[in-house]
Amino acid sequence: MAHHAKSLFDKVWEAHTVRALPSGQTQLFIGLHLVHEVTSPQAFAMLRELGLAVAFPHRTFATVDHIVPTDNVARPFADPLAEAMMRELERNTSEFGVRFFTRETGRQGVVHVIGPELGLTQPGMTIACGDSHTSTHGAFGAVAFGIGTSQVRDVLASQCLLLDRPKVRRIDVTGKLGPGVYAKDVILEIIRRLGVNGGAGYAYEYGGAVLSAMDLEQRMTICNMSIEGGARVGYVNPDEHTFTYLQERSYAPKAEAWERAVAWWRSMASDLDASYDDRFVLAGEDIAPTVTWGTNPGQAIPIDGVVPDPERLPAAERSSAADALAYMGLRPGAPLAGTPIDVAFIGSCTNGRISDLREAARVAMRGHVAPGVKALVVPGSQAVAQQASEEGLDVIFTTAGFEWREPGCSMCLAMNPDRLQGDQLCASSSNRNFKGRQGSPRGRTVLMSPAMVAAAAIRGRITDVREVL
Amino acid sequence: MNEIRRILEVAGKACFLPGDDIDTDRIIPARFLKAITFTGLGEHAFADDRAAARGAHLFDQHVTSQASILVVERNFGCGSSREHAPQALMRYGFQAFVGVSFAEIFAGNCTALGLPCVRCRPADVAALAATLAGHPDVPVVISLSDKVVRCGELSCALEMPEGQRAQLLDGTWDATAVLLQAADRTAALAAGLPYMSGFAGGEDHLA
Repeated sequence: MAHHAKSLFDKVWEAHTVRALPSGQTQLFIGLHLVHEVTSPQAFAMLRELGLAVAFPHRTFATVDHIVPTDNVARPFADPLAEAMMRELERNTSEFGVRFFTRETGRQGVVHVIGPELGLTQPGMTIACGDSHTSTHGAFGAVAFGIGTSQVRDVLASQCLLLDRPKVRRIDVTGKLGPGVYAKDVILEIIRRLGVNGGAGYAYEYGGAVLSAMDLEQRMTICNMSIEGGARVGYVNPDEHTFTYLQERSYAPKAEAWERAVAWWRSMASDLDASYDDRFVLAGEDIAPTVTWGTNPGQAIPIDGVVPDPERLPAAERSSAADALAYMGLRPGAPLAGTPIDVAFIGSCTNGRISDLREAARVAMRGHVAPGVKALVVPGSQAVAQQASEEGLDVIFTTAGFEWREPGCSMCLAMNPDRLQGDQLCASSSNRNFKGRQGSPRGRTVLMSPAMVAAAAIRGRITDVREVL
Repeated sequence: MNEIRRILEVAGKACFLPGDDIDTDRIIPARFLKAITFTGLGEHAFADDRAAARGAHLFDQHVTSQASILVVERNFGCGSSREHAPQALMRYGFQAFVGVSFAEIFAGNCTALGLPCVRCRPADVAALAATLAGHPDVPVVISLSDKVVRCGELSCALEMPEGQRAQLLDGTWDATAVLLQAADRTAALAAGLPYMSGFAGGEDHLA
């Protein structure tokens, strides 16, 4: 039999294809469905209206993250709208038989943090969640789709999605990263180079020496922001790092089932001679700590660079760039380093994991939050918070003048009380610098790695973390 | 699982919203997502942009409230997967979108609501915008069956993912019923997946 080389994407897609529709679309089985409070209530309501049950309740897991306060978590929540959403999820999960990781279970957290840390996210799976950052789970060699509420209804009702098959672009990051350069910088550079719409119609397969050397948390940061580059799916092939991360996790296979699982996971990785629809190569040595200057994640520069002059950009980018600079109050030709900040935010599904907090704490312990700066550390989950406190990171942060908060999405999108005021400028470890994203219609966001946020917090201005380390 | 509604064309007044990379946070800011229904989202479409423009925003013009087709530029609907964005635009009154390009999740969400997102070449979108600037009342016709957008003298080719176009033409854009037709095959496939049976691990067995 002739060997037909395949990518992980090909193998996962084929293994999960229920049928091909006459339209050319595929009915794809979804192995794991993660649910949260913002995009699910209307989906459960539609299910109720249709008189349908959840098809695979044991493959459906819920948590609460977007609306939870990070200061006073006592029920009822101070915000009646947040309380109503929480109650709706409690009612829906209870009525439809879906497991809900509430605070009481000790497993609550940002949906893309808890899936992996519980071992629910596994290689070779298909995963869906009503959240665009579902691409995060691709770090394990899963194919994970962010979906809207009608599709949440579809998955609840049938455990399937109707999808057009994307193409696959292989992205190699070669060599190694310099000191002070993190996964966040790698993905910001990839988006800067390929564009915020460059991944439309593609799944991104990330590889190369830099990805091979990364632990799973760094890989999650990269896969998380695939969607910011327009790619709905991003993944890394599973390897020893993946298996080490998963072993002993609550939902990971145990004993001899573990051996069978690892064998299958290995078999799902891309064949060495797999072919791709497109390729892109980036040298790790060329990546610097990176910061955004504009109002989308592709508008970024190395920290030692200067804000671009819109007139010198390609014609298609000019008006967006000029508009972004006006909004951000930045001048072409000026460096971003040295720009005063008002708020520092460390957290989110992009950078709210234990290794992110460790890197930020290494920086935080070298100083104290600058006068006039509000600095928040929001762990991604209760488990991350627990681990951080066992390591004394919470004390490092609070001693340095940071506020240590309860887990949630917090100021990444400001659906809870944590939000910018007026035109405050925030150094943020989150994923989107869109206008108004952090809760104030004039608020300004500068994206960067958690270590860079900590450096900005203690200096009071945007800082090259390499000067502090 | 609404009644089957085939969408062969959308025709009506149109208006042009300039700008690339208009994200779903701008279309509907996150604070309006704190609700358990989509009711009332229409009035909050572009809430922050409108407040900043003090009445001068496109969505505060009478002509826009009469329009059923929104013409946009590049990468419209990028960012968050919130279906609240197409829901807000639909509830404002739009039934279709013509643009240079759309973010994938946004376009998929629109299809699931029966709202076509069709792409035209940048020069065609510019010509369409210019026509509408001079003649805001001239009707636009998006023909999904002929794959063409017409506006006055202008006629340009449209593109969209073929699968989604077929869903709209067949009236199968509300996917739940289609997916449930294959419930038996779904169960059979699931049973054969190693992680559903062979090494289904950890606490799965407790569920």
